[in-house]
Amino acid sequence: MSELPFDPLLLAILSPLAVALVIALGLPQRASVALACVGFGLPALLGLHTWYHFPSGLGAVAASGVGGAGGYAFQSFYDTGLSRFGIMLSLGLNGISMPLFAMAGVVGLAAGLYAIQSGAERLKTYLALLLVMQAGLMGVFASVDVFFFYFFHELALIPTFIMVGIWGGRDRHYAAMKLTIYLTLGAMLSLVGLIAIYVKSGAQTFDLIALRNALALQPLGESVQSYAFGLLMFGFGILVSLWPLHTWAPLGYGAAPSSAAMLHAGVLKKFGLYGLIQIALPLLPLGAAKWVGLLALLAAVGNVLVIGFVTMAQRDLKQMIGYSSVMHMGYAFLGIACLSTVGAGGVVLLMVAHGLSVALMFLLATSVHQRTQTFDMAEMGGLAQRAPVLAAFFVAATMAGIGLPGFANFWGELSIFVALWSFSKLFTVIAVAGIIISAIYGLRAVARVFFGSPSAQFTARVGGQPLADLGWAERLPALLLLGALLAVGFWPKSISEPVNDALQSTVSVAVSES
Amino acid sequence: MSFELLHAAADSNRWAAILPEVSLGCLALLLLVLEMVLPRAAHRAIPVVAIAGQTVLLALLLASFCCASGACGIGAYLGTETFNGLLLHTRDGQFMRVFFLLTSLLVSVLGVVSLGRRQLPRVEFFSIVLVIGGALMLLAQSNHFVMLFVALETVTVGFYILVSYFRTSALSLEAGLKYLITGALSSGLLLFGIVLLYGVSGNPLLIGSTDNGMHFGELRGFLAANPDNFLASLGIVLVLSGVCFKIGAFPFQIWVPDVYQGAPTPVTAYLAVGSKAAGFAILLILVHTAFAPYAGLVIPVLTVLAALTLVFGNLAALTQHNVKRLIGLSGVSHAGFLLLGVVASLHSTAAIGAVQFYLGGYLLASFAVFGVMTLLARADGADADAIQELDDYAGLAKTQPFLALVLVIGLGSLAGIPPLVGFMGKLFIFISAFQAELYGLLAVAVLGVVVSIYYYFGWVRAALFGEPDGASKTASADRAAAPVAAKAAALVAAEPASQPAPSWSIEFEEDTPLQNKGGSAAGVCVCTPVKWALGLLAAAVVFFGFYQGALGDWLLSR
Repeated sequence: MSELPFDPLLLAILSPLAVALVIALGLPQRASVALACVGFGLPALLGLHTWYHFPSGLGAVAASGVGGAGGYAFQSFYDTGLSRFGIMLSLGLNGISMPLFAMAGVVGLAAGLYAIQSGAERLKTYLALLLVMQAGLMGVFASVDVFFFYFFHELALIPTFIMVGIWGGRDRHYAAMKLTIYLTLGAMLSLVGLIAIYVKSGAQTFDLIALRNALALQPLGESVQSYAFGLLMFGFGILVSLWPLHTWAPLGYGAAPSSAAMLHAGVLKKFGLYGLIQIALPLLPLGAAKWVGLLALLAAVGNVLVIGFVTMAQRDLKQMIGYSSVMHMGYAFLGIACLSTVGAGGVVLLMVAHGLSVALMFLLATSVHQRTQTFDMAEMGGLAQRAPVLAAFFVAATMAGIGLPGFANFWGELSIFVALWSFSKLFTVIAVAGIIISAIYGLRAVARVFFGSPSAQFTARVGGQPLADLGWAERLPALLLLGALLAVGFWPKSISEPVNDALQSTVSVAVSES
Repeated sequence: MSFELLHAAADSNRWAAILPEVSLGCLALLLLVLEMVLPRAAHRAIPVVAIAGQTVLLALLLASFCCASGACGIGAYLGTETFNGLLLHTRDGQFMRVFFLLTSLLVSVLGVVSLGRRQLPRVEFFSIVLVIGGALMLLAQSNHFVMLFVALETVTVGFYILVSYFRTSALSLEAGLKYLITGALSSGLLLFGIVLLYGVSGNPLLIGSTDNGMHFGELRGFLAANPDNFLASLGIVLVLSGVCFKIGAFPFQIWVPDVYQGAPTPVTAYLAVGSKAAGFAILLILVHTAFAPYAGLVIPVLTVLAALTLVFGNLAALTQHNVKRLIGLSGVSHAGFLLLGVVASLHSTAAIGAVQFYLGGYLLASFAVFGVMTLLARADGADADAIQELDDYAGLAKTQPFLALVLVIGLGSLAGIPPLVGFMGKLFIFISAFQAELYGLLAVAVLGVVVSIYYYFGWVRAALFGEPDGASKTASADRAAAPVAAKAAALVAAEPASQPAPSWSIEFEEDTPLQNKGGSAAGVCVCTPVKWALGLLAAAVVFFGFYQGALGDWLLSR
């Protein structure tokens, strides 16, 4: 671990917040944009820094004995006046949170850059809100304290509501309201679940390491574990769009402005999965064992099969991406349901990969919309001839989404399938069938949008005008995301090793002991 | 009673202990004297005197509060009874004192804005606000039913006047009448309960009977010795009912929507924050001292009330379009959350801190919202203050971005969204409730939060996403800006001429349409500082959401 003269995690949280504050106080437009680049860039750099300098073998140290840093690096503590109640701004990264922290930084930078070139109305407010969201996202994955983990999630959620409502597309007011109510319900359920752990553990602390140590010595009773896990599963499940509580997601993403959709679908939604892996599985193994059957059933039949077919039926490009992200969450739930290191590790990899790829898809979909003035795929066609670079990016993003080798998604899905095989053969078959479904809708979208001859409506709408290809302002964020996808795809060890290491000391210990 | 007895009773009088309350009373009288002494031109300074006086008092109180552990200041009286047992100075009482002083200060600030736009007597308003503030502070330290009742009546009588203060508005007068009737009913219930308790505890045939049954400590002793007395139970339920009127708990909330709507907006704020908090201050005192032996009765009663209040408040607020009614009914749901905390505090006293923290956050957020409401309220008609609709907020973010920001922060905190202070309050209440194993109530409360998102964010949605249409006030103000400005200029020019006319007489040009986004000539210079004050409140809401510091630690540790 290299020594920085400051706390990288705190800086990654505070710098976007500070920039947002300065912009809100009335900075001129050009200075705001320049400063926003810093606000988005710094967390990304710090994320990559922690990824590059993450020490190996932390998990072994943590597993060897109770106490110590508990497998965390870059730790720091700040008192906010509630240390008496075991609430403390405690920052740190372990093998599970580090890849997500880095991914949040990269996606945030891409979303920020894309927002800057979007020329949105009231750009300064838009950027300030995105920055607040970015601060929350960095905080979610950097928090060791469960309370602040929740707190930062909500901090990131409020700007989503406002951005959907102001800069959103069709049905934005309805979508904003529905999104907020659903997500509040999910957040409240999970909050009660977290409070249950806080109170019932007897440790009177929200510190994850202390909780884990306390529960290792004296696990919770089976009934408490069961209802706490149920609360967390459905609470987090709503946030991750577990079928049938997913209806907010496609609607919300369809209406959200592109950068907000990138950050929400790419990063914020991973909060629930991350909470299940980092908190629920290690702390409540008995409860998990009771619920995973239902979780796997809902995920396999609901998210993968039903939503897979729904996705195939979409005509609207953005809705299709929204539904496809709901479908991919099914794989993540299946991986969690396996209750194994391989499965959970696959989920973490998939979270990183999906975060990058879905953000790329939303970005490209908006770029397509700018050129065709529509999201309706029936009214497009032949775009590849006029915008070859855009087409190339879109094909690559689709391949990543399907899970082709070479992209990060492949490794995540592969590990999940391997783990799933020993959990249930039936669900494995369904999950693999899902890959075929996603190939069908993904390739069909590519064909409809980019190949073939332009539809009559498309020709009528933009026929005569020259159509610009992807400019550098759009290429840069897209390249960033695609590069990260390929980097993880070709070098998965950089993520899988710390993940595996951390899971060995948390999930597998807890599951095997129960 | 002989002179010696009186003398002995007066032995425990410690006037220094209630110096803040006495000072408030003196300040109220001073305002009236100033009105007689000062020339009319200087009358504008009287509200400033009131605000400055309260600010100084607040600073002094906080200073003495900070060295409460030492022998200096009010801290010396902590834990002691004074005035022959009428008052008991406790830590909770100190907190509520600061709370009520801050409330009356903020109401005075809002009062300057609201009255600045109308031709109404001003000085009396501030006097009454001060008197109510002093009475509220005494109420929070009462240790005797006589003290409690007299202080509560002082508060209520003050509110009778304030609620119908806009005497040209039919809605304000109607609200005053409704408040008078329901207030009298609640006082009657309370008094009947007190009398029952006094009577039954003075019955010499019962064990532990006392001739001082009004004193909370003595009453507690009696109730502990007679655990299943029917008359005592009835008295307790009646007293609780009387208190629940002040809180606005279901089914005693019937007066809330109409009175909140009709009352001048600063008074609505006073009712929503001061009166409600007063109810909770007494409730906490009563259930933890006098009624503690009857927890077996109090807990189920309050549990049922809390559940009904949560359900009713949230569902009723869903359908409201008038923002004053909306905030009134949402205040009912807040009463439900607070009642949940009170019930939890009967299982573990740590929850008292949670209730106080919630109240503190509620104060900050409520005044942020009420401040915006006061600044935006129209004055172009007798009932204009009562008719503030959600549609009037359409496009606020475009016309008044600063006020929109303050409003969103305030409403977000009331809805309990992190990272605002309202969320921390709800979190502590929920943790306490979970520790007390009140799972059913907790489930109702969680659903209540989700429902409340709908109406709070409906308001936010109107303010942020709506387009300012022609019917909205901001647009109409813009349209009418030219004539209004011209008229204002004419009035300023004609100032010397208009001076001799009594500025408060109703005959004198009723409801001059002077406001343009800020109010009258006086309002113009008032608005900016008020906006700053609101900004400060919003900043406090955010700050205490992030960082609770020593204050949170002090409140929540016991």
